[in-house]
Amino acid sequence: MTTAPSRVTAQRAGLSRPARPGRPTPVPPRRRRWLRLARWSGWLWVLPALLMYAIFVLRPLALTFQYSLYHWNGIGVARWAGLENYVTVFTDRDLLKIVGNAFVLIIFFSFIPVGLGLVIAALVRRISSGPFGTAVRTILFLPQVIPLVAAGIAWSWLLSSTGLVNQLLRGIGLDGLARAWLGEFDTALPSVGLIGAWVLLGLCTILLITGMSKIDPALYESARLDGAGPIREFLAITLPSLRQEIGVCLTVTVIAALASFDIVYIATGGGPGLQTTVPGLEIYRLAFAQRQVGLASALGVVLMALVLICVLPIQRLTREDKG
Amino acid sequence: MPEYRTRRLSRRRVALTAPLTVLAMVAACSAPGAQESPSGQTSAAVSTELGSEQITLEMYAETGFPLAKALAEEFTKQHPNVKFNVREDQFTVIVENAPRVMASDNAPDIIRLPTMVDLVKDGLLKNLDPYFAAYGWDKFPASQLVQLRVAEGGRPRGTGSLYAMGLGYAITGVFYNKQLAQKVGMTQPPATVAEFEDLLAKAKAANVQPIMQFNKNTAGINFPHQALQNQFGDPAQIADWIFQKPGATFDTPAALKATQTIQKWAQAGYFPKDANAIDYTAMMGQFQKGGGLFMFNGDWESANLDKSMPGNVGFFLFPGETAGAKHVAMSAPNTFGVSAKAKHPDAAAFFLNWVHTNDKAREISVKNGGTSPGGPPNLAVPPAAEGTVLAQTLKASAQLGAENGAVDFTANATGAIFASAITPEMQKLVAGQQTPEGYVKAVQAEYEKELSK
Repeated sequence: MTTAPSRVTAQRAGLSRPARPGRPTPVPPRRRRWLRLARWSGWLWVLPALLMYAIFVLRPLALTFQYSLYHWNGIGVARWAGLENYVTVFTDRDLLKIVGNAFVLIIFFSFIPVGLGLVIAALVRRISSGPFGTAVRTILFLPQVIPLVAAGIAWSWLLSSTGLVNQLLRGIGLDGLARAWLGEFDTALPSVGLIGAWVLLGLCTILLITGMSKIDPALYESARLDGAGPIREFLAITLPSLRQEIGVCLTVTVIAALASFDIVYIATGGGPGLQTTVPGLEIYRLAFAQRQVGLASALGVVLMALVLICVLPIQRLTREDKG
Repeated sequence: MPEYRTRRLSRRRVALTAPLTVLAMVAACSAPGAQESPSGQTSAAVSTELGSEQITLEMYAETGFPLAKALAEEFTKQHPNVKFNVREDQFTVIVENAPRVMASDNAPDIIRLPTMVDLVKDGLLKNLDPYFAAYGWDKFPASQLVQLRVAEGGRPRGTGSLYAMGLGYAITGVFYNKQLAQKVGMTQPPATVAEFEDLLAKAKAANVQPIMQFNKNTAGINFPHQALQNQFGDPAQIADWIFQKPGATFDTPAALKATQTIQKWAQAGYFPKDANAIDYTAMMGQFQKGGGLFMFNGDWESANLDKSMPGNVGFFLFPGETAGAKHVAMSAPNTFGVSAKAKHPDAAAFFLNWVHTNDKAREISVKNGGTSPGGPPNLAVPPAAEGTVLAQTLKASAQLGAENGAVDFTANATGAIFASAITPEMQKLVAGQQTPEGYVKAVQAEYEKELSK
């Protein structure tokens, strides 16, 4: 084994030689064996990481999947359920509503921060350098630094019936609009959504500003010479150049929407009724309060699938074309 | 580019391998959880001696209620060889943690219990029958311990072996703000439901918030709901339902009438407009600031209210439909059990007996816990200062005991009924999104679903 590395290096060197398409180079049997060994030696380097990944990601994943096939309270005897739990997830009206809530949150957690982020980024792009730019960036990014639990508590104060939001509304004579934003059926979910939008707006804006700073100024200059206005500039140059950044923003925020937990747990606890209950919260409740570990696991697996279904197309659409 | 293709191919192979590995891992595992049902373990030989050996009792108690800790400290003072290691969590956290903590190798000796049924079913709670006999707890009023009995296999409750004791026995009723009461012309506690409703209307007319009640993450309006339900029908029916007796139902005329009344109150604006956004802490804060005439709550707040609004708060048991009707109130022990895996079960039982019978301990139960200490009826309840709300709740507690009117909380019927049905449906009801008929049916449907598990 001790002499292996040098030979491996030699083999690698051989490998990196450009292969001629259509005419495979004949490889002698001994070399082929080394070739195989070289390929496997790579795994040795990733083994520690792989081990961790297996223990902390794959194993829980496997266990979740296993639990989802049982009726189990987490302690006692488990009864085989087959796909029953999945049938429940797809047929229970409450659970379907809960999954639906998560999709409503995508509008608030993803579309608003990315859309608004683009507008803000375009506006502050010119002042992004210098102390003023730093201040703007810091203020915008601040919500990202605050723990979500703290943000949830602060916002539930602001939105309470005697909170600042209602005080402001009453102050400007809009008494009719003042309400318990998080306690009423019509306004609870949008209110939770707005808290999420506030939290994620900063992240999206900063990412987009960073993306914009990489765009070649010559492009803008030539566009301006061609007579393009700021809107045309934005649509023709800025937006296409930010494809990757927008992809990252959408991926992060869509996952945040579908897997949301903390903001909802703190702000409304899922209420009123099931108006703001999201899958993450329901999984926790099913597993720990209602002790339906099987059903909770099935919902978890379905949630994972939903995240992948939503995120993979975004990744594919926004990936930079390979030459 | 063959190299690129190889990479693509191997990536696809990896993509295929991951789920296959997961599946293989699943196939290799056996069913999760215990392999067979635990049998009812009753170890015959128990000791009522504490001994002189140095031991540490592990206690898992509820945060925000300093009673358990105060009792533990006093116990150590009297018995220096026994120390306590107290872990505290919020009650909802204990509800979620209890089964796993008790199933672990470090199971606490004494634990504040959520509903006991599932814990008994899974064999996690120690059967206290041997101690019941050894300590002579048969001299305690039977009604005191009835809620702590569970039949073999976990169902029904209210009968069978004893599985826990109370660190104090709480009752619920209505607290009122004396200053606001004066403002609306209330000179004495209402004697009937109609009189109570009259006061609500008067308060509303006088621009005083009639009832300050929370209904956010846990349905606080279930307090007045059950207070009404208790009066409108036979409380035994409610108890049967809570105890999971076969055939018991929530869909009764009494429950329906209570639900209709709650809806009527909600529509009349007797509850805070944003009740669904008010949590327990906010309710307490609002009431102490004078934000409401009435508050449905339990005597565990007596000592606290005596401190925060001295002389300005009163308490009464919710009245019946006719004057002089028997009082019925939600009342439950501050339940503590002994883990089946406890390392010092004898010492734990000694502590539970001491709490009920030791003079100093009984005093702490009253002064710190604000609740009746229970125990044998020949032991006097330590007095509270005259004129305090604590004195009133203790009196009410004795009255309820004499009238035999204690009934458990509907929220305790099953481990999850509160979270999965009562809370969301009650929130819908007060917001006008659910009908009274729909409410009782929804609660019953969820109950049946849980019992069939």
